[in-house]
Amino acid sequence: MEIDPFIFRLSIFILSIFIGYYVVWSVTPSLHTPLMSVTNAISSVIIVGAIIAALAGVADSVFTISSIFGFVAIVLAAINIFGGFLVTQRMLQMYKKKKDKKK
Amino acid sequence: MISSNLSAIFYLVSGILFILALRGLSSPDTSRQGNYFGIAGMIIAIVVTFLSIGNFSTSLIYVIIFLVIGGAIGAFIAFRIPMTAMPELVAGFHSLVGLAAVFVAIAAFLNPESFNLGKIGDIKLASLIEMSIGAAVGAITFSGSIIAFLKLRGIMSGAPITFSGQHILNLFLGISIFVLIFYLCKTQSSNIFWTVILISFLVGVLLIIPIGGADMPVVISMLNSYSGWAAAGIGFTLENTALIITGALVGSSGAILSYIMCKAMNRSFASVILGGFGAESSADEIKQKKDQKPVKSGNAEDAAFLMKNASSVIIVPGYGMAVAQAQHALREMVDKLKKNDIKVTYAIHPVAGRMPGHMNVLLAEANVPYDEVFELEDINNDFANSDVAFVIGANDVTNPVAKTDPKSPIFGMPVLDVEKCKSVLFVKRSLSPGYAGIDNELFYKDNTLMLFADAKKMTEDIVKNLD
Repeated sequence: MEIDPFIFRLSIFILSIFIGYYVVWSVTPSLHTPLMSVTNAISSVIIVGAIIAALAGVADSVFTISSIFGFVAIVLAAINIFGGFLVTQRMLQMYKKKKDKKK
Repeated sequence: MISSNLSAIFYLVSGILFILALRGLSSPDTSRQGNYFGIAGMIIAIVVTFLSIGNFSTSLIYVIIFLVIGGAIGAFIAFRIPMTAMPELVAGFHSLVGLAAVFVAIAAFLNPESFNLGKIGDIKLASLIEMSIGAAVGAITFSGSIIAFLKLRGIMSGAPITFSGQHILNLFLGISIFVLIFYLCKTQSSNIFWTVILISFLVGVLLIIPIGGADMPVVISMLNSYSGWAAAGIGFTLENTALIITGALVGSSGAILSYIMCKAMNRSFASVILGGFGAESSADEIKQKKDQKPVKSGNAEDAAFLMKNASSVIIVPGYGMAVAQAQHALREMVDKLKKNDIKVTYAIHPVAGRMPGHMNVLLAEANVPYDEVFELEDINNDFANSDVAFVIGANDVTNPVAKTDPKSPIFGMPVLDVEKCKSVLFVKRSLSPGYAGIDNELFYKDNTLMLFADAKKMTEDIVKNLD
């Protein structure tokens, strides 16, 4: 009997939860805020769905109801992607070790 | 146009890069590299999507225009936002992920052909379930995050809003979402689909309004988790590995953070969700107590004198420091102390501030080296051997009552053993209780000196007196 592809996706999903569990526990508590902003940025990979929706329109009708939802979702996700990664970068830039050139 | 097998492999690659991005955060040294992995993963996912559709008509130009618009807004926000506003920013970003998930689900529902999900009115059953769950969770994330944002921003009062029958109403609405999804699958009716989304928006609002300001670290983490599950739901609909992996990562990340925050407050997740904490502060009782017990208060000069003669000082920052933006003045003060060969370290409670790691970011912003900043369990034993504890803007996380009084609402919560220091300097505007609505015994200890002032102003005054 053939296995439904859904089962494969479910397997990926569940294994990823486990990976997430172990990876996130190893994140140092002082970086929990950057963790939240970077997870924000990466969950905006949902933009791939928005792009598919937006590109579904044909040449003579770029804006259908469904593609408009796609376009708006692109803007929302793009705000998040750029905002999320850049603000994370800005924060991480600030974490510095003690310098030797003290006083 | 590339084959769907090839693009699936690229999506897997970007999923792995996202895992590495989180992995990098295990230490500040590797974190920047981790962030680049994340960015690379995102670029791969987006480029592959363009290539796999292979539709290079006018639509593509619009997609790029909208991408640039969103990107510009995002970049603008990222550079302009003050670090003290990070909790609001993160809540705001969560709401965008949620709304994007809803919109993608709607687009897929209205035009299933372009997603290979069947035809309008005849969408594959599994896809229909996945997209409605994705849309529902996305909608809850969106409206919940908006409320969290308003509360954190101070536009809406941080006080819990409760009414009778609230939990039963939530339960009823929650069940009705599932019932409606069931009927949606039977009838494929778009009206039911819209109703599911509307109810979910409502649930998001109702879920967050009863939760008080101080429980925000849990709420933000929880919404972080929801945004992940929403993304995963959409990932199943689109059969996209990158999205499924990311959703699972973000979902479990948020869940773990919520767990850590709950544990740090010694509260169960259920009690946070049910909300109402800190609402019934018995103000009269506290007032009475206040009248009875003497409090020693001092000024900046006293504080400077005490610290100058100390050999080790531990700083305990809290939300009040963020509100007063006192982190830079604090750093200045510490520099002066260090010049006098005084050992200075920072002690951070997991729930200090309004989101996980909030204090660490603020101290990092003020150029405090991260290896001088310690977590609760790493530093708690040091208080007994230190001369001065300088509590700035923290309150409940230092309350010894959590260790002594089983009747206290915060009993059992891990707290910083500040009172074991030879002397305690407590910067606070008044004797008012903290979020838990209880009095802090520390105020009345013999070795405590209260410094009644705005955190920033007081710190600046101390700096002047240290010369």
